[in-house]
Amino acid sequence: MIRWLLLTFTGIVLGGIVHLATVLYLPRTATNDAYSRLASNAPINTMMALPQPSPAAAVVPYMDPAFASAVCRYDLSKGPIKLSAPVSQAYTSVSFYERFGAAYYAITDRAAGRRVIELDLMTEKQRALVPEDEDITAADRLIVESPTLTGLIVVRALIPEPSLLPMAQRAVASAKCQVQQQ
Amino acid sequence: MLLAAAIGLGSTWFALSRGITMGALNIGAWSARPKAGTSEIDPYSRAEVERTGALPLGLGDGVVFSATTDDSGRTLDGRCDLTIAGTTPQARFFTITLYDPNGRLVPNTLNRSSFTSQELIRNTDGSFRISVGPRARPGNWLPTGGAERYVLMLRLYDTPVGIATRAGRETPMPTVTTGRCL
Repeated sequence: MIRWLLLTFTGIVLGGIVHLATVLYLPRTATNDAYSRLASNAPINTMMALPQPSPAAAVVPYMDPAFASAVCRYDLSKGPIKLSAPVSQAYTSVSFYERFGAAYYAITDRAAGRRVIELDLMTEKQRALVPEDEDITAADRLIVESPTLTGLIVVRALIPEPSLLPMAQRAVASAKCQVQQQ
Repeated sequence: MLLAAAIGLGSTWFALSRGITMGALNIGAWSARPKAGTSEIDPYSRAEVERTGALPLGLGDGVVFSATTDDSGRTLDGRCDLTIAGTTPQARFFTITLYDPNGRLVPNTLNRSSFTSQELIRNTDGSFRISVGPRARPGNWLPTGGAERYVLMLRLYDTPVGIATRAGRETPMPTVTTGRCL
């Protein structure tokens, strides 16, 4: 009897360990994540407009169909990246995703407070190399630190009503992401 | 050992496919996990993001509320009439979208799967009423295309709703009620 109880108890504890291990390990093995999905057709360090989601096809699940979006699959190993995204008439946002999908930073047109959202994306190491005494002050130069070397930047513009689709698509199509010239 | 493996993998699968609610903000039928849009995303949400390949909404951009049941806990059924009525918490824009359980848009003759806050026809007091169902309805009609199961997502863009938000008067979410079924 006691032996059975002990065995069951050990089983449950081991089960808990397996559960934790799989939950924490799964992200590293998933091949269906957004970055992997985009890897086959999105060139690196280039902004690419995403097709509007439709019942037949969508690049990633749960896309908001009321937004036009463009994505940049970045790789910071060649240096920091400069991002510029012109603000559309309605609502524009820029979101940053680390390699395994977590959104670590997002900014809206209103928070950026200008006609063009301009950001420098770099790793912690690259940031440490930015000379402090440069006459560009932090106020007009937004620096975002990426926790991973690769990841995704997504620029989204709201389509408030269907007739404004071309306006939103034009706005995201003129967004740029490129490696900074040192 | 067998028991351990069964419990461990079983609970992982269960947690990820059913969506565990850790740090969730539940208001009526709606549930949000604002932290899932930050780098402090909990391991369950992270694994879910990986598994589905979705790009979560960054907290600086907005917050997403999802509903799979009505206010009384009844699973959303595309063969029934459903009414979403009331107002939303403060936000610059919001969108309401209907997806199948895999995050795809549902095909329908009207080619409509979402409403933006700007498109909605509203009452004089600013509240709105959306009819979700298989049959055409006057006013704001969101067709289900007769799909059996579906998910509703209410996204608030540029909103004060965040990690510190609690259910209460500042967060008025629309009611979700099931009516007649086919």
